[in-house]
Amino acid sequence: MDVLILMILGAMVLALGGLAAFIWSLRSGQYDDPAGDAARVLLDHDRPS
Amino acid sequence: MTALAQGCPSGLAPASLDSVAQDPSAFVTEASGKLTLDIMVRGASCAGCISKIETALMRLPGMQVARLNLSTGRMRVEWTGSLPARRVIEAIVKLGYGAAAVDPGQADGAISRPEKKLLLALTVAGIATAGVMLMSEALWFGTDLPAETRKQLHWLSALISVPATLFSGRVFFQSAWGAIRRWQLNMDVPISLAVIMALALSLHATITGGAHTYFDASVMLLFFLLVGRYLDARLRRQAYAAANALAAMQTTSATRLGARGIAEAVRASEIRPGDRLLIAAGERLPVNAQVVSGESDADLRLVTGEVEPARTFPGQTLYAGAINLSAPIEVLALAPASQSLMADIARLLEAGEQKKSSYRRIADKAVAVYVPQVHAMAALGFVGWLIAGATLPQAVFIAVTVLIITCPCAIALAAPLVQIVAAGRLFREGAYLSSGDALERIATVTHVILDKTGTLTLGDPVLIDSGATPDQLAEAAQLARASRHPFSRAIVSAAGAGPVAQNIEEHGGSGVTGLVGGRPAMLGRAEFVGVKGVDGAHLWFAIEGADPVMFQFEDRLRPDAKDAVDQLRAMGLSVELLSGDSAGRVEHAAQAAGITDWRASATPQFKAQRLQDLERSGAKVLMVGDGLNDAAALAMAHASLAPGGAVDVSRLASDCVFSGESLQSVPRIIAIARKARHRIRENFAFATVYNLIAIPIALLGWATPMVAAIAMSSSSAIVTLNALRLSGGRKSQGRS
Repeated sequence: MDVLILMILGAMVLALGGLAAFIWSLRSGQYDDPAGDAARVLLDHDRPS
Repeated sequence: MTALAQGCPSGLAPASLDSVAQDPSAFVTEASGKLTLDIMVRGASCAGCISKIETALMRLPGMQVARLNLSTGRMRVEWTGSLPARRVIEAIVKLGYGAAAVDPGQADGAISRPEKKLLLALTVAGIATAGVMLMSEALWFGTDLPAETRKQLHWLSALISVPATLFSGRVFFQSAWGAIRRWQLNMDVPISLAVIMALALSLHATITGGAHTYFDASVMLLFFLLVGRYLDARLRRQAYAAANALAAMQTTSATRLGARGIAEAVRASEIRPGDRLLIAAGERLPVNAQVVSGESDADLRLVTGEVEPARTFPGQTLYAGAINLSAPIEVLALAPASQSLMADIARLLEAGEQKKSSYRRIADKAVAVYVPQVHAMAALGFVGWLIAGATLPQAVFIAVTVLIITCPCAIALAAPLVQIVAAGRLFREGAYLSSGDALERIATVTHVILDKTGTLTLGDPVLIDSGATPDQLAEAAQLARASRHPFSRAIVSAAGAGPVAQNIEEHGGSGVTGLVGGRPAMLGRAEFVGVKGVDGAHLWFAIEGADPVMFQFEDRLRPDAKDAVDQLRAMGLSVELLSGDSAGRVEHAAQAAGITDWRASATPQFKAQRLQDLERSGAKVLMVGDGLNDAAALAMAHASLAPGGAVDVSRLASDCVFSGESLQSVPRIIAIARKARHRIRENFAFATVYNLIAIPIALLGWATPMVAAIAMSSSSAIVTLNALRLSGGRKSQGRS
């Protein structure tokens, strides 16, 4: 059963990793303009904006 | 939305004059040589729009940042140097988009901090639910697990759910604590109680090696409820931003004349009483003011509901919302903008407030019934089992199971979810709700009172058959093209594109003169042109060598006004027309729209009085109006709607703002509100039946954590699915 504990702890670490990634995405403004970000993919920029 | 249906602006259509009339320099903020301006852009809908607008702005001298947020329609522009702000706005307007500078302090519709917190709480609860469920399933189905393993799994569940619950549940705990401190009950009280009790009970069971824990129930409950809260917050923000965007297109700035006669652009909010303002032709009056000098006409449609512009003269008092038409006038501000508005609102709300606060939301009624009953049941179970000989921990366990399994979840979600779905559907159709209980109030109305100008009609006069020949019309249009007067615009739109007369002179409050084809011509009031006639909704046109001709105008009904009125009647509502305009025109409009019950020359007081009379006789009135003269009635009515072009006061006083030209929005909003009310009742009926079954099970001690989890998630799912039936997909299915 010790293996099971390792598995569960591993899963929890992975889940925390996902949560951390989500918090980062929230803080870095990735939800501020979903429509604009979707549209900007189509633009060719010669200059960095 | 509409922008997609019409295609993106090409820049070929003439730009709206209104958006250029505003001086944006008042909204520019400066920090260490860098100028910043926030702009509301209308009509942008795709990558091409972003590219066109941003590229055009980056070509302007000194431009450093130009970034359009497509989700909110807001644009942030930063530049250095001497580029005037007006050029920035013009650059966007020239491309065919609507643009107006906005106050940087105004909410921009982007995701807000509280909403981000909700989203984070929701995510934590979701991940924790998934994690705890892993453990729970092993516990539910692994009946042959050794006791040691069960204990380990319990501890692991506690490790995940205790921090997650305490973190994600803060929203509910804070709100519940706030209510309890004021000796009140809200839905968050039983929720918090159930969550905390479940957690405490489970911790106790974990430490003492008990058989059952409810860790999964506590995080799952929070997860479901947070989904509802988050959707609600998101929709509220979007509706608020959309209503704001309608308002932003009308933000006013003004030209203030300083001590030495220097003119400077100021925001409406900066105007103080006693300031001298210069109101150019076409500008909207930002505050209540007295005319000092200059003669002109003012468009008072939004203030009094009269279509025909009124002459203005020195000494006259004009109210905020009037539009100066023909010549610049100088006015003395009588009140700050906030007071011109706030004083009105305060007065209205004083009358209307009592009415609205006396309304109890269905959900609040449900809480008042639900909480005492369930808590009494739990107490009964506790005492009953003690008497029956159970140990104290056993009795506590039963009582807590009752609290958990009666599921504040279904009850808490029953009304809000339906309202979220209904508000979302209205939002997609261009109607923005201002308060949560608006839908419930709209659903119960029995009478609809419509205002005429701007509500039943479009508010812009059109030329009706006048006896003038097409040549005369074309000649008159040459003069009319130089004027902002609504009648002149009506002539222009009837005549189409063409040349403008030469040597044009605009005589404030009277008319226009100029040379048409080398011959002197004049267009204006009867006495200005030199014919005998009464003032009314007509203009005279005279050209050298011909008899004067008269052009007549009328305020056109919204295209589907009659259909909308018919639909309202078919829904069992009595429809009435209540207007400040003169009897003849009101009767005409009433007949055209098929309304038999009409009242003309109604003052704001009369409108309010009429409402009170109706409500005293037991009617529940839905007021639909847009003008300053409707505001009191809007605030007092049981429920109220305002079209998007309404004055600020009326928009603020109403429960729902609808955009677009169609009056069909009114019956549609009522139909959706009625459906929503129906769904809410169904949901409560279901939650009641569910509790009638669940409480005995819990009281008898048959409930296990698995039963609780299944019951909780299935009841929430049923309530949610029932609410989603409202979203209804296609527009054409909307009639009920």
